[in-house]
Amino acid sequence: MDKHSSPLHPKREAALRASTRRQFLSTTGQLSLGAIALEALTSGSALGAAASGDPLAPRRSQYRAKAKRVIYLHMSGAPPHLDLFDYKPALVKHSGEECPPSVLAGRTFAFTTGVPKLMGTPRSFAQYGKGGLWMSDAAPNFHTIADDICLIRSMSTSQFNHAPAELLLFTGFERQGRPSMGSWATYGLGSESENLPGFVVMISSGTQPSGGQGCWGSGFIPSVYQGVQCRSKGDPVLFASNPPGMSRDLRRKTLDALHELNSEQLSELNHPETATRIAQYELAYRMQTSVPGVMDISQEPQHVLDDYGAVPGGASFANNCLLARRLVEQGVRFVQLFDWGWDFHGTSPGSGITDGLTAKMAATDKPVAALIRDLKQRGLLDDTLVVWGGEFGRTPFREGRTAGSQVLGRDHYPDCFSLWMAGGGVKAGFSYGATDELGFSIAENPVDVHDLQATILHLLGFDHEKLIYRFQGRDYRLTDIHGRVIHDVLV
Amino acid sequence: MKISNIGLLLLLLTSESLILSKGTAADQVDYNRQIRPLISNRCLACHGPDEGERKAGLRLDTFEGATKDLEGTHAIVPGKSDQSEILTRLLSQDPEERMPPPKKGKPLEPEQIELIRRWIDQGGKFDRHWSYIAPVKAPVPSVKDGKWAINEIDSFLLSRIEKEDLHPSPEADRRTLARRLSLDLTGLPPSWEAVLAFENDTRPDAYERYVAQLLAQPSFGEYWGQAWLDLARYADSSGYPSDQPREIWGYRDWVISALNRNLPFDQFTIDQIAGDLIPNPSQDQVIATAFHRNTMTQNEGGTNDEEFRIAAVIDRVNTSMSVWMGTTMSCAQCHTHKSDPLTQIEYFSLFDIFNQSADADRKDETPVLSFYTAEQKKERDQLSREISEIEKRLSDPNPAWKDGAHAWAERMSKAPSWQNPAPDRIDTKFEPGKAVPDGEGFVRIDKSVQFATYTVELPLPSGPISGLRVETRPVEGFGNFVLSSIQAEIVPPSGKADAKPQSVSFVSAKADYEQEGFPAASLLKSGKEKTGWAVAGATDRTHELILALKGSPTPTEGSRLRVVLEQKSTYANHLIGSFRLSVSTSRDLSDWIALPPSLSTILKKPSDKRSTDEQHLIVDYYLRHIAPETRPDRELLAAKTTAHEAIRPSSVPVMEELPAAERRETRVQIRGNWQNLGDVAHAGTPAAFPPLPKGSHPDRLGFARWLVSRENPLTARVTVNRFWESLFGVGIVSTSEEFGSQGEPPFHPELLDWLAVDFMEHGWDVKRLLTQLVSTRAYRQVSRVSPELMERDPENRLLARGPRFRPQGELLRDQALDVAGILSLKMGGPSVRPMAPNLGLSTAFGRSNDWVVSPGEDRHRRSVYTEVRRNSPYPSFTTFDAPNREVCTIRRNRTNTPLQAFVTLNDPVFVESSQAFARRIVAKVDAPNPEAKIRFACHTALSRDPDKKELDTLIRLHAEALSEFRRDAAAAESMATDPLGPADKGADLADLAAWTAVANVVMNLDEFLMRR
Repeated sequence: MDKHSSPLHPKREAALRASTRRQFLSTTGQLSLGAIALEALTSGSALGAAASGDPLAPRRSQYRAKAKRVIYLHMSGAPPHLDLFDYKPALVKHSGEECPPSVLAGRTFAFTTGVPKLMGTPRSFAQYGKGGLWMSDAAPNFHTIADDICLIRSMSTSQFNHAPAELLLFTGFERQGRPSMGSWATYGLGSESENLPGFVVMISSGTQPSGGQGCWGSGFIPSVYQGVQCRSKGDPVLFASNPPGMSRDLRRKTLDALHELNSEQLSELNHPETATRIAQYELAYRMQTSVPGVMDISQEPQHVLDDYGAVPGGASFANNCLLARRLVEQGVRFVQLFDWGWDFHGTSPGSGITDGLTAKMAATDKPVAALIRDLKQRGLLDDTLVVWGGEFGRTPFREGRTAGSQVLGRDHYPDCFSLWMAGGGVKAGFSYGATDELGFSIAENPVDVHDLQATILHLLGFDHEKLIYRFQGRDYRLTDIHGRVIHDVLV
Repeated sequence: MKISNIGLLLLLLTSESLILSKGTAADQVDYNRQIRPLISNRCLACHGPDEGERKAGLRLDTFEGATKDLEGTHAIVPGKSDQSEILTRLLSQDPEERMPPPKKGKPLEPEQIELIRRWIDQGGKFDRHWSYIAPVKAPVPSVKDGKWAINEIDSFLLSRIEKEDLHPSPEADRRTLARRLSLDLTGLPPSWEAVLAFENDTRPDAYERYVAQLLAQPSFGEYWGQAWLDLARYADSSGYPSDQPREIWGYRDWVISALNRNLPFDQFTIDQIAGDLIPNPSQDQVIATAFHRNTMTQNEGGTNDEEFRIAAVIDRVNTSMSVWMGTTMSCAQCHTHKSDPLTQIEYFSLFDIFNQSADADRKDETPVLSFYTAEQKKERDQLSREISEIEKRLSDPNPAWKDGAHAWAERMSKAPSWQNPAPDRIDTKFEPGKAVPDGEGFVRIDKSVQFATYTVELPLPSGPISGLRVETRPVEGFGNFVLSSIQAEIVPPSGKADAKPQSVSFVSAKADYEQEGFPAASLLKSGKEKTGWAVAGATDRTHELILALKGSPTPTEGSRLRVVLEQKSTYANHLIGSFRLSVSTSRDLSDWIALPPSLSTILKKPSDKRSTDEQHLIVDYYLRHIAPETRPDRELLAAKTTAHEAIRPSSVPVMEELPAAERRETRVQIRGNWQNLGDVAHAGTPAAFPPLPKGSHPDRLGFARWLVSRENPLTARVTVNRFWESLFGVGIVSTSEEFGSQGEPPFHPELLDWLAVDFMEHGWDVKRLLTQLVSTRAYRQVSRVSPELMERDPENRLLARGPRFRPQGELLRDQALDVAGILSLKMGGPSVRPMAPNLGLSTAFGRSNDWVVSPGEDRHRRSVYTEVRRNSPYPSFTTFDAPNREVCTIRRNRTNTPLQAFVTLNDPVFVESSQAFARRIVAKVDAPNPEAKIRFACHTALSRDPDKKELDTLIRLHAEALSEFRRDAAAAESMATDPLGPADKGADLADLAAWTAVANVVMNLDEFLMRR
C-alpha cells in the first residue's frame, strides 16, 4: 500500500495519453529515459511522468537482473509429472491397490469420484546428468539437457480446473481480468527491440489454452503491454500485411503522404500524441518487414532446422521453439509458447501415459532440448530464463472414468507437480523439493505458483511486492497478496 | 476554507496532478485534501479500520482512534503537536521508533510532516472523506472576464484558469464544432451538408439547435449505449472457458432505447437493478434487470455451480458499487477495507441483498423472459388485425356462397369406395422372412424380424386415383408396429414409350387410431418430425391408414401402383403382421380425410336427422374449407396465420427474486473463501453512507432507491463525472472508477458538486446534462495548444483549450463505414458478425472458430451490434483497448500503438471502407482533375477544406499510385475490389485503386483518428 513503491501508474498512464512530451523522437533519448524511469520506479519522483515518452522504451529493473528475458514453454493441459520427473517407487509397488482413505479425505477431483486405484508409472526411470535428475524414458531428449535445468518437484497450485489454474499461473489470480506475467515484465522492463513487440505469444497444436487470451492479456494495465500473438502461418501479426494489391513501395508512398499531412497537423495543433502516432506508423512499417523476417525460419541453416525438427512453412511447436530463440535474439522481452494436448486423462489413446505420452514428448522434447543447446551456444542462456511446465499435476491414481479401458490416464491434481527452469540465474543440474512416498503431498521445500512468479520477477530484477499498478483504488501485483522468492534455486 | 489555497496545496502535495503554478502556502489545512491522502497511503495499512491488521491497537482514520490513550501516550493531542506521539515517531531517527517502519516505506517528507504538525495545532479535525459528504451547490465564482462564461460551468472553470494566470483559447470554427459535437453526441461524423448548414445558420440559437438535433437522433442512444455496455459488462456469450452463446441482446436494445427516450437516470438505475421488484413492472422494466444477468456462467465440466453463482453475486455487488458509487468493494470481500470505512460484514450485507435471486449459474440461464420486440409486436398486431378481418368476412359470408354446401355434404355422407386388387408382386427386403398371401388381399408376414421393407405392386383400376389405404390385422406373435415410411409410384405398362414410373405424393393422411407421438400425418413429413405411424394401446384390433394422393393422377390403362412400405424406425421388431392395400377413385377423398371426427359423425346421420346447429356446423365448415368462393380468403388466412406463428419471441435472462421460503442465508466468507464461512450477514447498506430511504426494504429495490436517493453522496457525482470524462477526455475526478480515499480528489471540487446537485435538481435528465456540458465556452475552444500550456497542463485539466483525444475503436470503425457510405443504420436485434480474421484456433472445450460473417447489410451495422464473445473479442476493438466484457470496466485505457496502425491501414474492414469511399469519391465528383475529388474526400471525412499543401500531397499520391496501378492491372483489381466486391462494369479499376490508396491515407490521418 506504500504509495512510494507505486509511482509508475499515474505517471506512465499520463505518459501513454500524452506521450512524447519532450523528445520522443530524439535518438539520444533512450538511455536517459531508462535512467529516469528507474528514478521514477524507485523514488516516486514526478519527473518520470514528464519525461518518459515511449511506454515500451527499455528500462532498468529495480536491481540487477540475472535474466533479461524469458521464454516460457507452457504445456497446456498439465503434463503427467509422475510419468516424467517425479519417480515414486512406492507408488509402483502399491499400484492397483485402492487409495488409502487418508489421502482422499478433504480432496475433490475434477472427474473422479469414489475410491480410485493407485497407479504407479508404467514408464522406466533413471537418473541423468551430474545432478542425478530423475527422468523417465518418455522424454529422451530431456536427458541430454539434465545438466542445464533446475527441476522443481514440489510445485503446487490451488486450482484443479484448467482455465482457473492457467490464469492463476500467468496472472496470479484464478479469474480473468489481471495483467499477465509477460505484461508485468514488459511493463517493468520495456522492450529492447525497436522493431518488434516486447511480449510475443505463439500457440501450437491448434487450440488456444483454456485460460484464453487472459493468459497474455494486460488486464487493467495499458494494452501496449499485452502479449502480441504471432503466427508462423499466415499474417504473422494481425493485419500486418498490406492489403492485396498494395506493394511495399506504394505503402511507403502512402505513409510518406501520411507523414507529411500528420506533420502539418502537428505543427498546427502541437499535440504530442500526433508525434507519437507518426512514430507508431513508422514502427508499424518497420514491423512489416522485421516481423515476417524474424518469423521466417527458412533463413536458418539446415542443421539448425534439423536440431529443432522445425519445418519452414509449417506450424508446430518445434517451429515455435526456434522462433522463440530468433525473437529473444532480436530483443523481445518475453516469449510465451503454448502447446495444446497435455490433458492425459486416458480417455483416448492420445491422452494415455504410455503411447500417448511417448508421441507427445517425441514432438516436443527434441525442440526444447535444441532450444536450450542453441541458446547456450549463442551465449544467450546465461541471461535468458527458460521455463517448462503445466498448470497443475496429475493424480497418483488412475482416473476414475477410464478405469475400465486399456488406456492409462490420470486426473487433474493441484497439490503436487513438477516444472523446470533453465538459464537466467537458476542453478543448473539441480533438483529441488520433493513429494511424499505416494506423491499425494509436498514433503519438502514447497513452491506454489505465486512463489514461482515471485522468483521469476526476482530473476528479472524486481521485488514482486514492489512491481505494482494501482487500479480502482488498490495496488495490484502479479503475486496478488502471496509469493516468496525461492532463493534456494538461484545461482 | 478558501478554495484557491486548498487547490494549490493539493497540487503541491499529490503526485497525480502536475504542478501548475506556485504561490504562497495556505493557513488552514484541509484534512480531506491534504491530510487524509497522506495518512491513508502511509499509515492505514497497519493503523486502519481492519482490526486484523491493526498494530499497537492504534487506529488513525478516526478521531477517537487517533486520540485514544494508549498506555499514557496519545498519537494525536488536538491542538498540541508537541504532545502528539505521531510527530515524535514521524521525526524519529531511530529505526525502531520511526514511522512508517523502514521496512514499510520511506520517511515522510519534511513538508508533509510540517503539514501534519500544523493540522494538529489547528485542532486535528477529522472530516469525513469528501465524497462521503453529500454535495451542496457552492456559489458560482465571479470571474474577471465576465463575457466569456456561457453558463455556470464556465464560471467555475474560468475562475480557476484566471487564478493560474492563464487565458482560455478562442472558440473553434463552426466546422470543427460540427464534427466535434456530432462525434461526441452520436458517435458518427456529420455529413458535409450538415456541416455547411450549421456553418451558415445565422440564428442566435444555431448552436443549441444543432445540439438538440443531434441528441434527437437514434444514433445518440447507440453511441452512449455502447459506453454503458462497458459498465454493464454486456456480452453475447457466457464467459469462462466454454463461452456459450447467450441471448441477451434485448438488454442492449433496452439500453439504447432508454437513452434515446431520455429515461431519467434515477429510473434508468432502478429499472436495471430492480425492475422486476417494482409493483406491476412493464416488460421493459423486467428486461432492464438483465443488467445483472451479464455476469458470467461457468459451464465447464467438473465445476461447482454454487461456487460460480457466488462469483456472480460478488460481481453484482462490486459492479453496482463501482458503477453508481465509484466505490471499490472488492477489498472488503476478503477483509475489512484498509482505507475506506467498509467492513467485511458490511460487504456481505450488500451480498445478502443480491444473494436472493433465482438464477444459479445454470447453463440454460434461467430465469429468462420471452418477449417480442416492438417491431415484432407491431407486425403481430397488424397480422392479427388482418386475420380478424378475414375471419369476419368468413363468418358473415355472401349467402350465395353457401349454395354448394348441401351437395357437398351429401357426397361426404358416404364413405369413399375402395378397391383392393390382389397384389401381383411382393418383394421383401429381409431374410429369411417371407410375405405370404393371407386371403381377402391381405399379406401376412411369416416371421417377425427386426426391420423390414416391402415393395408391393397392384394393378390399377381405370380413372383418376385419389387415395391409397393400408389396412392391418392383428397377428399372433406381433404387437405394436411402426410404419416409418410409405411411398408410391405409378408404373405404366411395360413396352410403352414413356414407361418411366411416375411417383405420386400424398397430401393428407388419416388413421382410425394413432399412438401419441406417432400420428399418421407424420408420414408426410421429413426429418425428425417423421416419427412414423404406430398403434400402441390398440394392437389387438384392425386398423386403417388412408392417404390422399396429390392431384388425383389418371394412369395409363394397364398401369400398376408400386408401393414401398418401410418399417425401419428406431424400434426393432415393431412390424405389421398382416396388411392389405386398397386404392380409391372417390373424387372427394382428401376432403373426406380432412373432416374432423365431430363433423364426420354429423355427416353420417341422414340429412333430415341433423339439428339446426349441426346444419350450421356443416355450412360453416364448408365455407371455411371447401367453398370455391372463399378460396382467396382461406388462402390469405392460412398465409397470415402462418406468418403470425412464425414470429418467434426472443429471450433474455432476467432477475427474479426467490420466494420468501427459499431465501438464502448469507454468511461472511472468511478471506473471501466461499467454503469458509463466518457470521451471518443480514441485508443492509454500509454505515458510512446514509440509511435506506424511508419506506424501503433492504432488498434490490430498496438498494436501487438508495443509490439514487438525494441523500446518496456519490451516485450523482460519479455519474456527472463519467459524462464529463466522455466529453472532456479526463474526469473532474480522473480516477472515475474510484471516489474513495484511494482515488484522486476532484480537480474542480465545487464544480463537481454543483453539477451533481444540479443534475439531481433537474430530475436526473441526461440529455439536459449533456446539453449543458457541450454548450460551455470551454467545450467550444480550439484544441490547439502552445508548448507552454502543454508543459503546464499536459492532461488539460484546466480546460484552457478544447479537449482532444482518441475515440474508441468502435467509433473509428463506424466512422470509416459511414464516410465510405456503407454504414447500415438498421437498429436492434440479434448481434451481428462483421468481417474478422480467422485466427485458426479453437477455444478450449468451447466453440470452434465459427465466426461466420453476417450476410448483407448486417456486416456493416454499427459496432454496438457486433457480437461480443468474451473469449475471442473482436480483434480490432481489442487493439483499441476495448475490454472483453468479463467484468465491469469503468474507464478504458487510451493507448497509441503500431498494432492500431495495422488495423486502420490493413484490416479488411478498413480496406473495404477505403474502397467504398474511393467509389464514392469517383462517382460523386465528375471532374477530370483530382482536386475536386480530394476536396470532396476532405469534406466528407474531415469536415473541412484541404489546404494547398494537403492538396498537393494527395494529388501527388494519387498520380503516383495511378501510374503504378496502370502498370499492374491485377494489383489494381485487388486494390479496388478485394474485399468490397466487383466495381461497376466499365469502371476504371486503376483509378479506383489509386483513389483507394488515397482514401486509405485520409482515413489514417491523425485528425481522422482523433476527435478534436
